[in-house]
Amino acid sequence: MATAPSPRIDPAYRRHAPHPLHTILLAFPVALFSSALLSDITYLNSGEMQWSNFSAWLITGGLIFGAPILLWSAIALFRGRKRPTWTPALAYFLLILVMWIAGLINAFKHSQDAWSSVGTTGVTLSVLSTLAAIAAAWLLHAVKEHRA
Amino acid sequence: MNRQTSLGLVAAAALAAALSGCGKGDEKLDQTGASPNLPKIDETLVPPMKIAKPAGWNGELPTVPAGFTITPVATDLKIPRQILILPNGDILVAEGSGGHAPKLRPKDVIAGYIKSLGKSPVKGGDRITLLRDTNGDGKPELRTSFIEDLDAPYGLALVGNNLYVANQGALLRFAYTPGATRIAGKGEEVTKLPAAINHHWTKSLAASADGTKLYVGIGSNSNIGERGMNVEEDRAVVWEVDAATGASRIFVSGIRNPTALAFEPSSNILWAVVNERDELGAELVPDYLTSVREGAFYGWPYSYWGRHPDPRVHPQKPELVKTAVTPDYALGSHVAPLGLSFATEGGLPGYETGAFVGEHGSWNRQTLAGYKVSFVPFANGRPAGKPKDFVTGFIKDGKARGRPVGVTWDPTRGALWIADDLSNTVWRVTGPRALAMRSPVSPAAGQK
Repeated sequence: MATAPSPRIDPAYRRHAPHPLHTILLAFPVALFSSALLSDITYLNSGEMQWSNFSAWLITGGLIFGAPILLWSAIALFRGRKRPTWTPALAYFLLILVMWIAGLINAFKHSQDAWSSVGTTGVTLSVLSTLAAIAAAWLLHAVKEHRA
Repeated sequence: MNRQTSLGLVAAAALAAALSGCGKGDEKLDQTGASPNLPKIDETLVPPMKIAKPAGWNGELPTVPAGFTITPVATDLKIPRQILILPNGDILVAEGSGGHAPKLRPKDVIAGYIKSLGKSPVKGGDRITLLRDTNGDGKPELRTSFIEDLDAPYGLALVGNNLYVANQGALLRFAYTPGATRIAGKGEEVTKLPAAINHHWTKSLAASADGTKLYVGIGSNSNIGERGMNVEEDRAVVWEVDAATGASRIFVSGIRNPTALAFEPSSNILWAVVNERDELGAELVPDYLTSVREGAFYGWPYSYWGRHPDPRVHPQKPELVKTAVTPDYALGSHVAPLGLSFATEGGLPGYETGAFVGEHGSWNRQTLAGYKVSFVPFANGRPAGKPKDFVTGFIKDGKARGRPVGVTWDPTRGALWIADDLSNTVWRVTGPRALAMRSPVSPAAGQK
């Protein structure tokens, strides 16, 4: 089914524009995980516990808003399993999955005490969640079809 | 679909393994005495939390050695913590529950809830109850609210006719008249005590033999400094307070949570039981019993059991850790000792010379530890030998029927008194010899 680059996408490959609610929900993990990354870095630079506390709440928020997205993308993936748009849907789902699982592990990591609440592992997981969230948003909002 | 389903399963399995792994606790590992086994640090993503859910006694009693008797002398108290026996034999019980630590992280909300499952739902009484049992039958003829409107009272000491009460935020002095059944008024403030946050709120208390100095145990404001070190000023210390002026100074430091203080009777040296840090594994760090040596630094938060550095504390202070003193005697990890009292005047048969220790019991390991009263034998003013169980049976079928806190040796009656803050009971343990062997107690005794 491979198609050559074309000014217009084959109708079969057209992806539906995301539901407005979905885009609003996804905005939160994008902002919250990246803010957590910044506050993690600030904690590691300052040793000031409050920055680690901020991160813990930001990550928790990212998980709360991320959970419905994870569910939504999993359902969309299942319902679209026969469609040619399955591959980008799979990529999107996997990015959300990575974002959320890394975030969950990181939430537990941030429940440890003092330096252990962040450390190398914590900031690495924050990078992972942030990158996955941004990549997922990029994929979601990428142009669906070329304009004429 | 199979591909990502299995991916998800693998991820879920890996996560479950990471979360549930470890934390069981090796029951055979000996972590008592002067040189406990200290395994490697085992920090898990989620600390093992095992809370023994409360269950009633239903007429049953804690287990005491053969020939001994245990009696519930008072029930329906409001979180009894520490006990003081007055010269006339009256029994004072401090009741209360303190602390006002803000919830800074999601963890504080969740762990706070889980820990609350293992506690009595009763609100702390913020009072001292007096029990009078003149004939020694274990049924008090009189029970009064001795002092009311206190603020999480814990440590108690009597010097002459001055009764000292350590609230969670102030050391108070009340004029005591022998035989009194009630003291009105707010008392006189000897000194304020460090009270901000009060993560560890209990203020333990002991008076020097001549009564001029009072020693106050002040716990840390965090596990290992995770609320920031600026809230740890004058925390994890024992204060020496001048009784006359209220002036205080730090007597020892780095002593994470000294929950009970007592003078060893033969040497007249101050000893403490101390609750050590959590979340380094089921077998770290042993709580301890130690002599309190003036000027000593016991490591918290930078190191544990002497000079073992805690990697979670940044910046680390290796120079300070080099000065850390190793405690005298380990009681076991996570047993949570909250009571300490030395046997005097012959103690009880088999428990003649040594220290009774009330162990409130663990939360930070899968195999429950503590939940008993143990006895550490002493010789020549030092621990000599392994601890012995004295009162057990607080756990039955994985549920907690009681949790011992303060223990107080009563030489006049030849009895050990135990405050139990889960079943809200005061227990009395007596030996095989009849109570009549001891001199009778009358309410007027002690009057001068």
